[in-house]
Amino acid sequence: MNQGRGLTLTTPTEREIAMTRVFDAPRRLVFDAMTRPELVKRWLLGPPGWSMPVCEIDLRVGGTYRYVWRGADGTEMGMRGVYREIAPPERLVATESFDESWYPGKAQVTTALVERDGRTTVTITVLYESREARDTALASNMEKGVAASYDRLEEILAAPVPRKP
Amino acid sequence: MTPDQLDATFAALADPTRRAILARLAAGEASVTELAEPFAMTQPAISKHLKVLERAGLISRSRDAQRRPRRLEARPLAEATAWLVAYRRFWEGSFRRLDALLDELKAMERKQKPGRAKR
Repeated sequence: MNQGRGLTLTTPTEREIAMTRVFDAPRRLVFDAMTRPELVKRWLLGPPGWSMPVCEIDLRVGGTYRYVWRGADGTEMGMRGVYREIAPPERLVATESFDESWYPGKAQVTTALVERDGRTTVTITVLYESREARDTALASNMEKGVAASYDRLEEILAAPVPRKP
Repeated sequence: MTPDQLDATFAALADPTRRAILARLAAGEASVTELAEPFAMTQPAISKHLKVLERAGLISRSRDAQRRPRRLEARPLAEATAWLVAYRRFWEGSFRRLDALLDELKAMERKQKPGRAKR
């Protein structure tokens, strides 16, 4: 149990990636922060220098959301989706599709909030259309947050391989 | 890098044998025979993997030598990696901001309901 507030990434099934993070707040506040546009805009910004010029949320089953981010260098990244299930403050299910998709097909994102002693464990599970799509998203050790340095190439690529006996 | 190129790179990387081939080539160029050697695989099977890597622009072959050694093309890999680093950084950076926002929301609640704080 040495994970503190760190981000944990796992692969519960062959079509899923799950991300877990603990927040020091009751889950109704976390749920609000994740579903009210004026709050979402304040944190879902990525690294310093990024902004979120578009954040529209129609929080009802069948309602849509639309996010656009802008990087310090002007790069824009947009995504949209439809809410499938809304159960405040414990569960949210929505589809997700990026404007410039980096994996095949759409994904479904389930956000589960579990509160204990005033702290909330948030698990975001992304279900891809196929194992290939999931692996595409996962390829190259996403969990390790690999650095874009040639020196570390061997580390990045290290993986169990079939060896000759 | 276009999304298509990124797709090709990631698809090529989503296989342990191909990652091992790239790891081997990171140490220096090698012929198909040399690349097939450590694997329990036939040469045609290895050649198939090499084709995928080549299409993704991750490796190239030297023209001159008779054994046509393959070598690593690091640029697409570095770009794909940079993308993944950005993805993780995006969430880590965002969640740190969410921590701060939640602290603020908790403080506001305490102010609004004096004497009703639970803990």
